[in-house]
Amino acid sequence: MRTVIFRTIAPYLAALMVLFSIFVLLRGHNEPGGGFIGGLIAASALAIFGIACGVASVRRAIVFHPMGISGFGLFIGALAGVLSFFNNQAFMTSQWLIFDFFGVEVPLSTPLVFDIGVYLVVVGAIGSIALALEEREAD
Amino acid sequence: MAGPSVSVDYADAMITAPIAAGDWLIVAPSLITMIGGALCLMLRKNTDLQPKLGIALLGALVLASLALLIRVLDHGVITMVMGNWLPPFGIAVTADALGATLTFIGSVVAFCAGLFGMKTVNSSGRRYGFYPFLLLLMTGVCGSFLTADVFNLYVWFEVLLISSYGLLVLGNDRIQLDGAVKYGVLNLVGTNLFLIATGLLYGIFGTLNMADIATKVAALDNPASGTLATVAALYFLAFAMKAAAFPVNFWLPASYHTPNIVVSAVFAGLLTKVGVYALIRIFVLILPASREYMADVIGLVAILTLMTGALGALAQTELRRLLGFLVIAGIGSMLAGLAVGSTLAISGAIFYAVHSIIVMTALYLAAGIMNMMEGSYNLRQLGGLYQRNVAFAGVFLVLAFAVSGLPPFSGFWPKVILVDAAFGDERFWLGAAILVSGFLTTMAMGRVWIYAFWRGGPEGTADGQSVAVTASSPPELAGGAVWLPLGVLTALVVYFGIQPEWMIELSTRGASGVVDPLGYLRSVLGEQG
Amino acid sequence: METGVAILIGLFFTVAVYLMLSKQLVRILLGIAILGNSVNMLIFTNGRLTREIPPLIPAHLYVPETATANPLPQALVLTAIVISFSFFAFLLVLAFRAYQELGTDEINKMRVAEPENEQTPPQGY
Repeated sequence: MRTVIFRTIAPYLAALMVLFSIFVLLRGHNEPGGGFIGGLIAASALAIFGIACGVASVRRAIVFHPMGISGFGLFIGALAGVLSFFNNQAFMTSQWLIFDFFGVEVPLSTPLVFDIGVYLVVVGAIGSIALALEEREAD
Repeated sequence: MAGPSVSVDYADAMITAPIAAGDWLIVAPSLITMIGGALCLMLRKNTDLQPKLGIALLGALVLASLALLIRVLDHGVITMVMGNWLPPFGIAVTADALGATLTFIGSVVAFCAGLFGMKTVNSSGRRYGFYPFLLLLMTGVCGSFLTADVFNLYVWFEVLLISSYGLLVLGNDRIQLDGAVKYGVLNLVGTNLFLIATGLLYGIFGTLNMADIATKVAALDNPASGTLATVAALYFLAFAMKAAAFPVNFWLPASYHTPNIVVSAVFAGLLTKVGVYALIRIFVLILPASREYMADVIGLVAILTLMTGALGALAQTELRRLLGFLVIAGIGSMLAGLAVGSTLAISGAIFYAVHSIIVMTALYLAAGIMNMMEGSYNLRQLGGLYQRNVAFAGVFLVLAFAVSGLPPFSGFWPKVILVDAAFGDERFWLGAAILVSGFLTTMAMGRVWIYAFWRGGPEGTADGQSVAVTASSPPELAGGAVWLPLGVLTALVVYFGIQPEWMIELSTRGASGVVDPLGYLRSVLGEQG
Repeated sequence: METGVAILIGLFFTVAVYLMLSKQLVRILLGIAILGNSVNMLIFTNGRLTREIPPLIPAHLYVPETATANPLPQALVLTAIVISFSFFAFLLVLAFRAYQELGTDEINKMRVAEPENEQTPPQGY
């Protein structure tokens, strides 16, 4: 698998896939897409990078341990549901913050935070499984 | 783009009244453990901080579930619907006496296990994530006890299942991988059966809210026939698999003795009881007609489970596997309550579940201490523990009496209630099976006590002789981390035996809440329910 | 259309059960993966099949204009897919590790946790 072509292309491909996964994540609020599918794309980017350049360099590139990433995702996902407590509403009620950013209306919401949480959970969990499988293969 | 720019009257679909802050107690158990589990997962590398954080969070869980229980006892059934949607559209989380009681007892057990884990789980186990997985396991357990939505129940089952996988393979021993394969595959098949039944149920009623389904089932002319009969049979098989009832119990003795002893203790205490809880919830609350229709089958399964459990325990040399079979025997008693199905019988089953959660965890922890002292779980190699520690021998005897259902400990009262209910319903075989199983359990546990504690030393020691206590004093037993959890659980066993009124009242309220679910339906669906 | 899908689901279940009855762990896992998919199709069909009418509400209305495809089973199936996918991934890793450690993928030969010819408990009191 570690041909020159693949090894040259893989970093760019992985970077593009991560970018695309973020695009899919953000468009997911009103159109097809979302945290889960975005997370899967990002996890496959990590897997491709791992196949081409070795698992160690992937682990270096993502800095944190994949399980830590998914822990963080779970954390912000759960916290996104708690914010409604301060508004006397039930758990997971969506809260909106809409403000003007140089004339563009930017709606921020807890579902978005939740979706980012899902994204990170999926990246972390699937990424750690993929890396674990690739690591064994190399032995 | 997004909704809020248009002004809309949401009153038809959403709750507009403010939610009382106290109602947040319903989600608190799952929420504390989920957020805490996530935090611990991020701090995995920090093996010193993790136990402190984990135990503090489990302590918070105990307090939150106690507050929830008190609130439920004061206010009756309380409900919160996710995202402010009106039921049955939103996912409802409902705490009634049954769910709140089990949540509280479960949290106490998890707290004790967390304390015990400080000693038995080494730093590599901590790095693999003992505390995060324990917390996430409790998320699943508490979520299952408190949800009022069938599909949500499935999701919580999977949460607890995936965390239990994590706990089961902690340490990666050969024996653990072997046990985890069997546990993993069979439990996954079980949850898939659960999902099939849920899909069919949704196809029939078009709703997944338990209260809504219960109302619609009650309105049917012939609620035990047709597709519902299939649904009921599938649910029974799925949850019986989770609970380790007779024909589908073999994953339990194949896996429960493989992981770290504190993990076994939590599993033995909690996981099978979640299955029993789901059986009670589904069959008494939602499908009472199917329960009546299937009562003989459930009774037969109960008898066979009681017998397999007790006879299996008699045939084991490995202490942990012996205890695994006793878990199965306890499940048989609870199923007997379900087979009879009256308020009395269900209350007996709930009390027995509480008793079994506490006593099985305590017994596994005691087995762990025995292993620390003697370095073995094998009945042939244990011996002479009485001379080493008289108090521990006494504690083990108390637990042995309790699990056999002898007075004056916690196992006695639920057994009395269950046998009384079975005889009152003229199911003499069922009552007899509970009694015989209790007798066989007494034999099995009596043998453990005689061999491990009373005789002088391991096999081969002559009668009347005793092996001199070896120079190495009981290893690392000084800390309270080992004795405190066992002490707390044993104290509960003794308390529920001597002062059973509180627990009898709680379980009667829990049982009448599901047998006659008007309060539950009102709480979930509003006054029209 | 439901009838056709129901037959397909039946086929899937047959294949899944057949695979799960075999001795090799890998086949059992494949059976479980197929079982998960058949369950998903079953849920989907139980929500009744409506073609080509997406459940979208026009901006000026509260409720959809006509009967649309049922979105709830899609949400349920998505959840179930996520769960069964992650479980399948986990079990694959587990099976691989078990194969490395135990040297077999045949279920009948996995006897570490439950050894053959186990000692009987001590007899007599």
